[in-house]
Amino acid sequence: MSRQANRGTESKKMSSELFTLTYGALVTQLCKDYENDEDVNKQLDKMGYNIGVRLIEDFLARSNVGKCHDFRETADVIAKVAFKMYLGITPSITNWSPAGDEFSLILENNPLVDFVELPDNHSSLIYSNLLCGVLRGALEMVQMAVEAKFVQDILKGDGVTEIRMRFIRRIEDNLPVGEE
Amino acid sequence: MAIFSVYVVNKAGGLIYHLDSYAPRAEAEKTFSYPLDLLLKLHDERVLVAFGQRDGIRVGHAVLAINGKDVNGKYTADGKEVLEYLGNPANYPVSVRFGRPRLTSNEKLMLASMFHSLFAIGSQLSPEQGSSGIEMLETDTFKLHCFQTLTGIKFVVLADPRQAGIDSLLRKIYEIYSDFALKNPFYSLEMPIRCELFEQNLKLALEVAEKAGTFGPGS
Repeated sequence: MSRQANRGTESKKMSSELFTLTYGALVTQLCKDYENDEDVNKQLDKMGYNIGVRLIEDFLARSNVGKCHDFRETADVIAKVAFKMYLGITPSITNWSPAGDEFSLILENNPLVDFVELPDNHSSLIYSNLLCGVLRGALEMVQMAVEAKFVQDILKGDGVTEIRMRFIRRIEDNLPVGEE
Repeated sequence: MAIFSVYVVNKAGGLIYHLDSYAPRAEAEKTFSYPLDLLLKLHDERVLVAFGQRDGIRVGHAVLAINGKDVNGKYTADGKEVLEYLGNPANYPVSVRFGRPRLTSNEKLMLASMFHSLFAIGSQLSPEQGSSGIEMLETDTFKLHCFQTLTGIKFVVLADPRQAGIDSLLRKIYEIYSDFALKNPFYSLEMPIRCELFEQNLKLALEVAEKAGTFGPGS
């Protein structure tokens, strides 16, 4: 992964191996601390949420995307701009619900799980749950309450990783002015 | 300096950061002998010049320092009342510094939340649907530029009216905020920003913007 080229005089490249190892160390430590897969999933989601609420500002500051007027635009921006910027992958968007409030992000490869295999005693662990938290936190800061969850996971033997995103509602309190 | 101040206002209208970088040019230090030929009055916890104008000292200027020591509101650094001190011939000759009174932190907080409300009113007054809030406020001595992010944070810059490139400066400040404030895990969202790196980088960005834009007076 590399940072934006216009930042700083040196291009900052960090090895993705270090990132994979860091994330792996995080998850295994959480597993040791909590001993219960459900709790670990919840913690990953919380951590992802905290990352998301901060990441959204970085994303908006650097990408110059304007306001999204419907969920389809949001889906496009998430898949084509955000995922590309932060993970270097472009998931595809499929399986729109008839009401247009649910869609799936299909990730062919997931940089977080390079070299990872889930052991049998952690079968209900959602290893990349951090991503769901990030999506939830980031969208909440732009007044959208969404639910994100993994419905397919390469680590569990499925062919692809699929995140299902569901639009719950617009968050109407504390709207920034001009956004009504 | 062509850029006077930078303010960052959070979603609720609270001021979370302010930076004043104008060199107060309207300051005058003079040595006086008894009796003082300026009429002073107490106003709002400050000692102001009510009448009398000379050598750069104007009506409305506040007493900033006596004999080199900054005054504290209406009291000198030693705790005596300024008016009493200056009324006593035994203390003369005395050197007094006058200048435009600076805004206190509380006043800035109040002004920020007032601006937050006015910003909203700006959007409501608009004849068109979905208008933005106040983006620019112009007076004869400065221009106030405001940029609201999609998440509700406002960045406000007060600059010389001739200064160009403030829009890109506002975007740059947003980047600096997303870097040095948000990526600092010990900084809580919506709270006052007390990050050294944020301030340093902000000052650098202001310098760059001033050099790139038109030159105002004093540069």
